[in-house]
Amino acid sequence: MSLHKLTLCELQKQFQTGEVTATEIVRAYFLRIGHVEPKVKAFVTQAQESAFMEADVLDRKLKGWRKTQPLTGMPLAIKDNICTDGITTTCSSRMLQNFVPPYDATVIAKLRAQECIVLGKTNLDEFAMGSSTENSAFGPSRNPWNLRCVPGGSSGGSAAAVAAEECVAALGSDTGGSIRQPAAFCGVVGLKPTYGRVSRYGLVAFASSLDQIGPITKDVSDAAFLLQAIAGHDPMDSTSVDRPVPDYMKALKKRDLKTVKVGVPAEFFTEGLDQDVEQSVRAAIEELKHLGAEIKEIRLPRTDAAVAVYYVIATAEASSNLARFDGVKFGFRAKETKDLLDLYMKTRQEGFGPEVKRRIMLGTYVLSAGYYDAYYGKAQAVRTLVCQDFDAAFKEVDLIVTPATPTPAFKLGEKSEDPLQMYLSDIFTISVNLAGLPAIALPCGFSKEGLPIGLQLIGRAFEEETILRAAHAYEQSTQWHRQKPAIR
Amino acid sequence: MEITQKDVEKVAQLARLAVSAAEKETFAKQLTQILGHVDTLSQYDTTGIEPTATVMGHVKVFREDIVRPSLSSEQALANAPEREVDGFVVPKILEER
Repeated sequence: MSLHKLTLCELQKQFQTGEVTATEIVRAYFLRIGHVEPKVKAFVTQAQESAFMEADVLDRKLKGWRKTQPLTGMPLAIKDNICTDGITTTCSSRMLQNFVPPYDATVIAKLRAQECIVLGKTNLDEFAMGSSTENSAFGPSRNPWNLRCVPGGSSGGSAAAVAAEECVAALGSDTGGSIRQPAAFCGVVGLKPTYGRVSRYGLVAFASSLDQIGPITKDVSDAAFLLQAIAGHDPMDSTSVDRPVPDYMKALKKRDLKTVKVGVPAEFFTEGLDQDVEQSVRAAIEELKHLGAEIKEIRLPRTDAAVAVYYVIATAEASSNLARFDGVKFGFRAKETKDLLDLYMKTRQEGFGPEVKRRIMLGTYVLSAGYYDAYYGKAQAVRTLVCQDFDAAFKEVDLIVTPATPTPAFKLGEKSEDPLQMYLSDIFTISVNLAGLPAIALPCGFSKEGLPIGLQLIGRAFEEETILRAAHAYEQSTQWHRQKPAIR
Repeated sequence: MEITQKDVEKVAQLARLAVSAAEKETFAKQLTQILGHVDTLSQYDTTGIEPTATVMGHVKVFREDIVRPSLSSEQALANAPEREVDGFVVPKILEER
């Protein structure tokens, strides 16, 4: 069997038992990347040289009976808004096209301490702002299931790379659905951990009260395995929470869902929901019932407000976070400017793409004198109501099941001229970020056109074990995750 | 609410973002449309509701004020668009008299 076809847990076993070397793994993956990357375009940067060097060092060390780490030799891809020491980190923006971070993000430091190998950096919507990767300054990635469709976004490169088996697993970031929506579109597993579960130190900030890093993988066990490696408190991120990290692999051992109460919110099954998506998700709910779960109808009445709340709060925070890109200390600088103000203004005009500018403008507007209370204050208050909806629901149920997206992947160009339509496509994922909850997207079927459909499971804060257990039980009783795209 | 090109100009100035005539026109249209959607929030009664700035609550995080390893000035300057020995170069800020 070709190495690229294995899951992370399978490849890990082969490596640990000495059946393959790190160099063989890296060689197999760059061969695979060479085959499919011209079609999929998942990567911004391929770190071939450093990957082979790291593999060689590992293989030499292991000859001396050295003890391995859980992720030793595992070839990963990293979303290009996560800082990697010595490897360009562009955020798919002209602004950071040549930016080489002088340090590793905490998640990268943790992965490196476990001796994983970084194959490269994956494409995203510029600064993680978008739902299709069409906002990348370096061109869009493609959906491996249909190259005329978007892979979703903003972590579209990571999801496409996992689906096309160009890496064994990847990291993404999720501010309003940026891990779960592309995972759903590409037929892979995407986990957004609880706000505070994983350190964001070294993640280029978009909306600080919402951003979270998480795994994108081939199956649920791999997601648990990778989450284990990156979760935990970090003194460098004051929003990371100091609480013990449970054994996530152990949570997968329970194969049934007896005693688990699953809520189905009526608000997620309304008009605008694609028929194929509804059918697959309803069938998945039936499957959860077969596995022993108690299914309950619940209400999340403020679901409709989520997109509006999000686009005020996220843009307000972004307008502040992106103020640092001024052409002085790092990144792009405009040529021929007459004074410092002119330098700032032209650098930002030439360095940022249209969507980033639109969000900076929107965020600046909602924070400006005279509009702050009407927009920002109002959105923050409605955010409280959205959180209250979840609090009330989780008094009745242990997890909530919904479609991950209202439709399967859309075509390239279909929504790129209409920002509001693009924003509304995130309707099922956004409220989870507003409430800071953990949620997973996993494959639950295919549309008539052969595009993957994603199921979303939402849990209580810091109860990743519950969603992983349920997702794993469902996955074990279905075959969706075993189907692979033909890439043509 | 209608966002005019004049509003766009003002906001762009606040955001330190130069905008072309074409951008002014597009942003005015798009911001009007998006804020129109945001206005639907007025249907939710938020009287007496505390705003949520973060789901973490009001946690204050402190640390000891001790010297730790940090970037060397060479590392910190490595990505500078323009530099001189030990500093970042910017256009002249003060007028000559």
